[in-house]
Amino acid sequence: MSFINYSSREINCKIVYYGPGLCGKTTNLQHIYLKTNPDVKGKMISLATETERTLFFDFLPLALGEIRGFKTRFHLYTVPGQVFYDASRKLILKGVDGVVFVADSQIERMEANLESLDNLKVNLKEQGYDLDKIPYVIQYNKRDLPNAAPLEEMQKLCNPMGAVEFEACATTGEGVFETLKAVAKGVLADLKKMGS
Amino acid sequence: MMESQLVMQQEDFDRVLAIIQKLVRDANAKGIFVVDKAGQLIAEAGELQGIDSTSLASLTAGCVAATGGLAKIVGEEEFPIHFHQGQRDNLHMTLVGDRMILVVVFDERSSLGLVRLRVKKAGNELAKLFEEVKKKTESAMQGQESPFAEITDDDIDNLFSD
Repeated sequence: MSFINYSSREINCKIVYYGPGLCGKTTNLQHIYLKTNPDVKGKMISLATETERTLFFDFLPLALGEIRGFKTRFHLYTVPGQVFYDASRKLILKGVDGVVFVADSQIERMEANLESLDNLKVNLKEQGYDLDKIPYVIQYNKRDLPNAAPLEEMQKLCNPMGAVEFEACATTGEGVFETLKAVAKGVLADLKKMGS
Repeated sequence: MMESQLVMQQEDFDRVLAIIQKLVRDANAKGIFVVDKAGQLIAEAGELQGIDSTSLASLTAGCVAATGGLAKIVGEEEFPIHFHQGQRDNLHMTLVGDRMILVVVFDERSSLGLVRLRVKKAGNELAKLFEEVKKKTESAMQGQESPFAEITDDDIDNLFSD
């Protein structure tokens, strides 16, 4: 969970991008990295295979500015999406404050989306989290592709709980910052509730 | 189980800093970092110019988590000590209590034996201290209003105004 340091007056939060393999989690982070001011971002780390598939995680630290005298720092992580990296996904969810689920809009990836969503719920539950209770945003990525499933169908299948959702095209950046902003907002709103 | 939030007050932070600054001297270390298992940097001390401490914290947590996974596969609860030997600099990582990692960076001015010896004492002190911080955080959170209760939607929107 978040770390509040009164000495340096900082709030540190962890956001994890989850989703099936090749859905665009790393592309989301790469776009954020490219488009943010150098003084706002730290170094982006990608632990990937030679073919640029995420092996363990990507990591991007962002310092968004001050809120009530506290510097807000968000640490963005992605998980490896491929099914067989489940052990790694569990590790990365440790201490998570907010989750973005990146769904692949291509109709043939619908089953992979649902499998990954189920996997997210199971892995969160193992750590004592409940997807209904933590800040959670869903992003329908690759909306620009001709084989994208209709939005209503995706909503029905991937978002029956009616979580905050965005359409996106991570390669062009459409919807990427809207998604980040929504999840960050959810995490900060959760801090308000702390103790009450 | 879900981890509770960590709230570090100035006085606790100063105590952590005093312990690791002493450890830098006692162990002849180049630098020392305290990182939580979720990858947040808690404190640092020593001559650390040029070291990207945010990345170090995140990768340390990843490394410790992966090694912990390996431990479970072979039937161990944890591997509490990790050592990475380089040509010039070495990394020594120790688990402290149930959620912290103590990282010591050292070179030929020190030795693995000395680092292990000094880390043992400092690690115990830190474990005790973090246990106190955890209890303090838990009792402070019960029934008290959040220090961020006053945050408004406008405050949050302003963060993204650029």
